[in-house]
Amino acid sequence: MMEIACILNGAPRRFRVDPMAPLSDTLREGLGLTGTKEGCNAGDCGACTVLIDGAQACACLVPSAQAAGAEIATVEARDGAVGALLARLRAAFLAHGAAQCGICSPGMLMAATDLLLRDPAPDRAAVQDALGGVLCRCTGYVKILDAVQAASRGLLPAGEMPPAGAAVGAPIARLDGAAKLDGTERFGADEAPEGALWLRIMRSPHAHARFTLGDLEAARQRLGLAAILSAADVPGSNAFGIMPHLKDQPVLAEAHVRFRGEAVLALVGSRAALAALRDADLPVAWEPLPALQGTAAARAPDAPQLHPHAPGNLLIEGRLNRGTEAPPAAVTAETHFRTGFVEHAYIEPEAGYAVPAPDGAGMEVFACTQAPYMDREETARVLGVAEELVRIRPSACGGGFGGKLDASIQPLLAVAARRLGRPVRITYSRAESMASTTKRHPAAITARMAADAEGHFTSYAFEADFNTGAYASWGTTVANRVPVHAGGPYRIPHLRNRARAIYTNDTPAGAFRGFGVPQAALATESLVDDLAAKLGLDRWEIRRRNAIGRGDTTHSGQVLHASAGLPACLDALKPDWEAMLAEVAAHNADAPRLRLGAGIACMWYGCGNTSMSNPSRMKLVLGRDGRLTLFNGAVDIGQGSTTVLAQICADALGLPLDQFRFVLGDTALTHDAGKTSASRQTFVSGRAAMETGLALRRRILALANAGEDAALALEGTRLSVGAARVIDLATLDADLEAEGRYDPPTTALDENGQGTPYATYGFAAQIALVAVDRALGTVKVRRIVAAQDVGRAVNPTLVLGQIHGGIAQGLGLALMEEFLPGRTENLHDYLIPTAGDVPEIVVRLVEDPEPEGPYGAKGVGEPALVPTAPAILSAIRHATGVTLHEVPVLPHRLWEALR
Amino acid sequence: MSAYHRPASLDQALAIRAGADVAVLAGGTDIIPARTARAAWGDPPRQDVLDISAIPGLNRVETTETGWRIGCLVTWSGLLRAGLPPLFDGLCQAAREVGGAQVQNRGTLAGNLVTASPAGDGIPNLLALAAKVELASAEGRRILPLAHFLTGYRATALRRDELLVAVQVPRLDGAQGGFRKLGARRYLVISIAMAAGVVALDGQGRIRTARLALGACSAVAQRLPALEAALRGVTLAEAAQVPQAAHLDGLAPIDDIRASAAYRRDAALVLLRDLLAGMPTP
Repeated sequence: MMEIACILNGAPRRFRVDPMAPLSDTLREGLGLTGTKEGCNAGDCGACTVLIDGAQACACLVPSAQAAGAEIATVEARDGAVGALLARLRAAFLAHGAAQCGICSPGMLMAATDLLLRDPAPDRAAVQDALGGVLCRCTGYVKILDAVQAASRGLLPAGEMPPAGAAVGAPIARLDGAAKLDGTERFGADEAPEGALWLRIMRSPHAHARFTLGDLEAARQRLGLAAILSAADVPGSNAFGIMPHLKDQPVLAEAHVRFRGEAVLALVGSRAALAALRDADLPVAWEPLPALQGTAAARAPDAPQLHPHAPGNLLIEGRLNRGTEAPPAAVTAETHFRTGFVEHAYIEPEAGYAVPAPDGAGMEVFACTQAPYMDREETARVLGVAEELVRIRPSACGGGFGGKLDASIQPLLAVAARRLGRPVRITYSRAESMASTTKRHPAAITARMAADAEGHFTSYAFEADFNTGAYASWGTTVANRVPVHAGGPYRIPHLRNRARAIYTNDTPAGAFRGFGVPQAALATESLVDDLAAKLGLDRWEIRRRNAIGRGDTTHSGQVLHASAGLPACLDALKPDWEAMLAEVAAHNADAPRLRLGAGIACMWYGCGNTSMSNPSRMKLVLGRDGRLTLFNGAVDIGQGSTTVLAQICADALGLPLDQFRFVLGDTALTHDAGKTSASRQTFVSGRAAMETGLALRRRILALANAGEDAALALEGTRLSVGAARVIDLATLDADLEAEGRYDPPTTALDENGQGTPYATYGFAAQIALVAVDRALGTVKVRRIVAAQDVGRAVNPTLVLGQIHGGIAQGLGLALMEEFLPGRTENLHDYLIPTAGDVPEIVVRLVEDPEPEGPYGAKGVGEPALVPTAPAILSAIRHATGVTLHEVPVLPHRLWEALR
Repeated sequence: MSAYHRPASLDQALAIRAGADVAVLAGGTDIIPARTARAAWGDPPRQDVLDISAIPGLNRVETTETGWRIGCLVTWSGLLRAGLPPLFDGLCQAAREVGGAQVQNRGTLAGNLVTASPAGDGIPNLLALAAKVELASAEGRRILPLAHFLTGYRATALRRDELLVAVQVPRLDGAQGGFRKLGARRYLVISIAMAAGVVALDGQGRIRTARLALGACSAVAQRLPALEAALRGVTLAEAAQVPQAAHLDGLAPIDDIRASAAYRRDAALVLLRDLLAGMPTP
C-alpha cells in the first residue's frame, strides 16, 4: 500500500492505495465512488471512463499509483467546468432518452465532458470520435450522439410532466433516469454489506472432462480461504434450469463438466486471498474427454450421450404442420443458413451479494436479474428451503437482453452465504460472464419456400438444429417458438416446420432477444428475396402481396382479429423504399467498387410466453397519508417498464403521474409480474397496471358515490372526486388498496403446432441502405428505416429507444458478432457495434391498437431486432449480387463470396 | 504480493530493471488487459511492476539535427499535439484509430513497439519512417533499427535490463506519410490488416523514396523492398498501379478469428494501392 495525494472532483484528497489496483477499483471499493462502472477491466468497454488531468481515460487501465498528483474527475463531480458540463449533459441525456439501462451512462457522460471541454461546438464526427471508446448495448448510440450535440448548445429545461389522464402517449423522460445519470443508481456491484466475504468460482478450463477432488480442507488452510465449496456442499438440490422438468445444470459440477466455464468449486475468502490464488494450486485432477462441438458432432450416430434424458443429444423437437405437403408451385427456393453463438454483451457483468438469515433458513439475494421470482424459486430449491424464505432484491440491471433470465450468481451466492453464515458477494469478470452464461443459439437451417406465378406464397418448409449447448436453459422455448414464426409474417397455406434443440459441449445457449426467431428470419427473408428474383417482382411488392393482416390466419391456425399492422408498416415504407432504390441506382451507375444496396425484411413476433400462462399482478395503494404507491414487480432492465407501467396506471386511475411513488421488483414487497422477456412487460404487466389503476379508481368512485367520469385530484390527504366531493384520506380506517392481474389468453399447441400460442403479435418491416466495398468486402450500413406496429406507443421516446437498440444489435448479428467458446471471451475479440458503426435511423411508428393490450399497446423490444440483419443481407445482395448463407458477414466472408 | 516500483529518475528505473524481473508499465493499455485475461482463468500474474510514468523528460517529442526523437512516454494523443510534418501523417492517422480516445490518451508509442503485436498499429508506420529505437540500461545506450528490434511474434531484442527510452525518426524532406487500417468495426478494433507508407518525390514529381510496410500480415510487420524499388521513378499518379501480388511474397498471413490468410493477402494489396492512390500530390 502507498499513500497518494490527488485532486478528486475538485477537492484535494489523500488516501492509501494498492499501487497496482486499477483506479476504478480504488474509486469504487476504496472511496465509495461507485458511479464509475467496471465492465471489462481491459479498456474494451469504456464504462469506467473518468477524466485524468482533463483527458478521458479508462480508470480500469490506470494503476492507482498513477493517480498521484493527478486531477481526477468522475461522474460524481458537481463543481467547476466539469460539473457545469455534466449538468447540461444529464439534462440532454434525459430528454433524448440517451440512457436506458444506465450502466454505460457515466462513461458516456465523462467522454462527452472531455469532448466539450476541448470543443464547445463539436460536429457529429467529433462526437463519434470522442464517444467511440465507450460501448453501449441498449440505445444504438444515435440518441446519445444527439444528446451530446444538444448539450453543447446549452442547458435544456426539464420536461413537463403530463397532467392527469394525459400520460399515455406522452414522450416523457424515464422516471428512473436521474439516478442513472448522476452515479447514484445501484447496480449489482455497487453495494454490499459491511464485512461481506468474497466469492470466486473456479471453472472448468475444459469443454468436456471428468475430474476428481483432492483434500479441499488442506487446500483451504494452505491458501488462507474461509471455505472451498464443492457439489457436496449444496444443501438442497444441486440443479437449476428454466423448465420445471429440466433442472439439468448443477450449481457446482459433480465429477463431470460439460462445457468450458462450468462452475466446479466455490472459493470464499478475503478479496486479496482470492485474487492471489492460482487455480493450479487447487486439488482438482482433470481427465479431459472428447468434446462435442456444434450440432453436427452431437447428432453423429456414434456421439456420446451427454445427458441421460436425451438420447441422440436431442433435447426437444418443436413442430408445426399446416395444409398438405408442398403442392406443385411455379417457383421454389431453398437455402442452407448458418448462424453462430451471439453474446448478450450487457456492459454490467453479473454481480451481487447474499445475506443469510440468522435462523439458518432464510436468504436475501441482491443481484442483477430479469426474473426475480424465477430466481427465488431456483435459489430456494438449491438451498432446500421454502420459496417464501428467499427474498430477491433486484439491483438495477445493467443490460439483460435475455442473458439475465437464467440464474447465474444467485444459487452460488446463496450456497456460500448459507455455508459460511455470513454475507457473501461476487462480481463476475468479463471473461467469466462470457464463458459461463448463456448465448443466442447457433442455428443450422435448411428451408424451402414456394410461390405461384403471381408471387403468392404456397408452401414453406423449415428444418433447423439449434445448439443449446451443455444445458437446456431456454432450448425448449426456442424449439417451441421458432416453428410458429419461421415462415415469416406472410399468408402461407402449407407449412412443415421442425426446430430441434441439440445438446453439445458448447456454452449453454438460452434466451436472447427473439428466442431463435432472428435466426429463422435470416433464412426465410433470404428465400423471399429468391422468389422475388425468380418471379421478377420487386422485393417490397412480393412482401406486400403476401403480408399477413387483419382477418388472416396464422401458420398455427390463429385468426388475427385485430392489431395486425404489417400491411400498414410496408405501406409506410413504400416512399422510403422507392427513394432508396433510386439512390442506389444513381450511385451505382458509375461506382464499380463502392456499391450501394437496398434491402428489406419483415417480421412478426408473439408477445408473451408461447402457449403458457404468464400472468402479471400489480398493487396500488393510496395511503391515509396521501401517498400513492405502485407496487410493481416488473424489472426494468433499461427498456423502461417502470415508466411505461406508471404512465398506464396513472391514466387508468386518473391522477397525474408525478404523484406516484414506486416500490419495484422486490419479491418480499411486490407481486410476481413475471419475467422481463418475450416482449411482455408493456403488454402483460401494462394491462395488469391498467387493471390495477381502474380497480383503485372504482373503489374511490364507490366510496364517493361518484359517476364514472368524475375527475380525481389529490392534494395532501384531500382527494377530490368530481367537483363536489372530497375524501380526507386521513380519516379512513385503512389505506385504499387495489390489485390488478392479467394473463394473456392463449391455448396449447396441438401435435401439429396448431392453436393460439400468443394473445397478440408485434409486426415490423425495415429497409436498409448499405455501402459495400467490393475490393475489401467491408460493409457500412448507412441508413435503416424501420416501420413497426406497436399497437400504441405509450411512451414514444422509449419506443424509439427499443427500436434503435434492436437495430444496433441486429447490425451486430449481421456484420460482426460471433462468440467462439474459448477464443472470444472478451470485448476486444468479440465485437459489438460502436458509436461509429450505427447508421442513420428513421422510425415510422404504426399504431394498430391491440384490444387486449393496455390502451392498445403491445410488445416492442424483440420485434425491433428481428428484421435488421435480414434487411442488411438483402441490401448486401442488392449491392453485390451475392447471396450469403452465414452470419456474421465478416469482411473475409463477403470477400470470399465475391470471388 | 508483488512489488510496485515507480521511480522518479531513469537511473533508478534502470537500476531496478537490472536487479529484478519486472513488467515495465507506462500507459498500462497492453499490460493490464493481459493481466486481466490471465487472472480470469485462475492464473494471476505475480511479476513485479516497474512503472516508468513518473520519470521526467521522457514525454517529449524533440527535433534533432537528423530528425525527431519521440520519448517513450509520448502517448498517441501526445503525438497528435506535437505539430509533426506530413511525413508523420500515417503515424498520426494510426494515433487517431488505435483503440478509442481513452487508449490514445494513455497508451504510448513505445509501448506499442515493446508489446510487438503483429497487429500493433504503430509498427508498420515506424518501419516506413525508418525508425530506430534507443535502448538504455545501467551499462549505457544502444540504438537499433526498428526492424532489428522486432525479432518475432511478440518478441523483441530488448534485454531484461533495458528500457526502450526513445524512438528516433530520420528526416526525409518533403515526404508524405499515409496509413490504411482495416478492421471489422469503426472504433476499438484490432486491425485485420494495415498498410503504412512514406513517399518522397524528386523535382520532376517522380518518387525518389518510397518506404512501405504491412502490418497484421506476418508475425512481424514487414517492409516491402521489392515494391519500394518498383516505385522509384514512378509518378504519384501511376503509383497505385504498381503494387502486385508478387510484392507480398515475403508475407505469411494467418487464418484467425478476424480473417482468413487469403483475404489478408488480397486486402493488403488493396490497402497498399489505396494508400498510394490517396497520397496527396504536393
